[in-house]
Amino acid sequence: MTGARALMAAMEKEGVRQVFGLPGGANLPMYDEFSRCDIRHILVRHEQSAAHMADGFGRVSRKPGVCFATSGPGATNILTGIATAQADSAPMVAVTGQVPVAMIGRDAFQESDIIGMANPVVKYAFQPRTPSEVPGSVRKGFYIAETGRPGPVLIDIPKDVQQDEADMEFPDEFSIRGYHPWSDPDVAAVERAISTLLHAQRPIILAGGGAIISSAFAELQAVAEALMLPVVTTFKGKGSFPENHPLSLGPIGMHGHAEANKMMAEADCVLAIGTRFSDRSVGTFEEFERRLKIIHMDVDPAEIGKNQTTQIAVVGDVRASLRIMVRLLSGTDVGERRTPWLEHAKETKSYWKENLKTHPGEMGAAKILRKLRQLLPADSVVTTEVGQHQMWASLFYDVIQPGTFFSSTGLGTMGWGFPAAIGAKVARPGVPVVDIAGDGSFNMTENSLATAVLEDIPVIVLIMNNYSLGMVAQWQRTFYDRRMVGVDQGRCPDYVKLAESYGALGLRAQSMDELERAIKEALSSEVAAVIDVPIDPEEDVLPFVAPGTPLKEMILPS
Amino acid sequence: MTAKWSILSILAENKPGILFKVTHLFRSRNFNIESISVGVTENPEYSRMTITTVGDERQVAQIVKQLDKMIDTVEVRQLDEHKTVYRELCIFKIRLGDAEDSMEVNKLAGAYGAKVHDVRRDSMMVELTATPDQIRAFEELAGRFGILEVARTGVAALQRSGS
Repeated sequence: MTGARALMAAMEKEGVRQVFGLPGGANLPMYDEFSRCDIRHILVRHEQSAAHMADGFGRVSRKPGVCFATSGPGATNILTGIATAQADSAPMVAVTGQVPVAMIGRDAFQESDIIGMANPVVKYAFQPRTPSEVPGSVRKGFYIAETGRPGPVLIDIPKDVQQDEADMEFPDEFSIRGYHPWSDPDVAAVERAISTLLHAQRPIILAGGGAIISSAFAELQAVAEALMLPVVTTFKGKGSFPENHPLSLGPIGMHGHAEANKMMAEADCVLAIGTRFSDRSVGTFEEFERRLKIIHMDVDPAEIGKNQTTQIAVVGDVRASLRIMVRLLSGTDVGERRTPWLEHAKETKSYWKENLKTHPGEMGAAKILRKLRQLLPADSVVTTEVGQHQMWASLFYDVIQPGTFFSSTGLGTMGWGFPAAIGAKVARPGVPVVDIAGDGSFNMTENSLATAVLEDIPVIVLIMNNYSLGMVAQWQRTFYDRRMVGVDQGRCPDYVKLAESYGALGLRAQSMDELERAIKEALSSEVAAVIDVPIDPEEDVLPFVAPGTPLKEMILPS
Repeated sequence: MTAKWSILSILAENKPGILFKVTHLFRSRNFNIESISVGVTENPEYSRMTITTVGDERQVAQIVKQLDKMIDTVEVRQLDEHKTVYRELCIFKIRLGDAEDSMEVNKLAGAYGAKVHDVRRDSMMVELTATPDQIRAFEELAGRFGILEVARTGVAALQRSGS
């Protein structure tokens, strides 16, 4: 059997049904195998999009998405996608072609040292040097990508290794001596955590992306309700807890909900679940840890103490840790103890619901996103691009069903949302998938329209179009005395015509009525749809916590 | 927290590219390598790296965790220098002004248990295996003759049995 055949057979064993990719000289033997196996190939127009599609598929299905690229520029094009998956702990397997073994190191045509380049942004990388190493690389690669803290794995296969024959073994059993993806949570630490939370005056839950990755939704809700704790999330943790739940305050951070930032700033103890306490979430590391008793649950021991000093650490899958907590809490009645703090949370929440000023125009961001929420079924999957629209989505699009909201939160990769939506739709074809986009980000991967149309993957792109790189423009207005440089995108392109040129449905909405009609039409469309929604280029995302300042110091709408 | 000198002992898979990954981790996490020595162990499947680094307690704890997280590392330990045998080999080429210098350097080498090699009219080489502190002290004393060149191996270390 050839290395290429073994690759496909090993991937079939892993349950892979489709690959997002683009062929080239060094991966032709792999591509030839698509003609003899049941794995579907979904052709992209740029390798970066293939990686984002695999990423979107992986986040939604919790199984590694697979992308293929050729050597050299094909491989370097997927690097941004790999780095994005690594920053957000998304399971992915990227398979690249490489020049033949004998050519490595000779600066051959389309040779790049992708193993060396990708090293800091992958969970692990393999380069099988003989065909018989291929099945083991695939088995271990998938195992590493999806276990513990998930992440991207690169398998770089020289062309001769793809072509040459060898006797193949497909091992089910294997060991990786230096890899221990999960440890059992320490029950005594969970007991101490409960006691600390019970004795705290103003305790709060901070749920991060780890709560979504481990699907700890029911356990998180059970703990919040048993201990009667208000719940804030990080942006990555948005939607780990239903945002219409009475205990929900929404995301904290640079563009967090005012009520979430206020309550986080007043808390004295935090149960932090699956979060790395990113600078965008906590404002300042020093102020945050000085003020708070921190209980930190995380699957990755290296996260404990990395950004924050913790009083109690519970290392292990957060769902397993929360399960132990739920069990230990059974029969606990916090009684009246939490009433004043919860009343305060409730008042703070309703104050900001009533008093946060939003854009007065008909096509303000809040109105657009609330309309979208109203029209989308609860189980719809939403992705976002990166920029103002992303932060507006955080503020104004409430996630009701946990685990239905995904964004490039760590690396902040513009152009992620649309291809990721395509990957998400492949994983969950039965529900609507919407990419909340800005015009700047959409430009970066808009040629994925070809994939959406030709591969029959009908996602919806809603462009909040301010004809500019809006977030940069906001920072220039706020911090650079309105010296606007490099942010004007002009009226280019015409997104309706652009969509139509690809055979997609192009719609424009300039009033709330038109928006409602457009969303409904897109939801019932059999092809991908782009809804262009022109908005006021001067609208800012507020509240805004300036970088490096504490969460309580919010810039609010005037 | 104050920065201090630490010795890390890493048992890793003896495969190509691991040294690159370990050193890259230090670079990408903004840590420093003061010295590094690498060699295969009694079991040819493993190599042992001994890295000395400077950082405060939190930084060093974080380095150890990040190294431990690496899939190719099997065991990572921060060694207690009081329970560890650690040595570095260092070769100095020292300038000799006159015959008296030669005698003085020979005496100094003797005091440190160093070996003398390649004695010339105007220079000699001294091979010293010692702790980094002793090497620093020797370097200072030898400095008055003029040190022409130095080559160091980096620290190798093993924890004493039963500790």
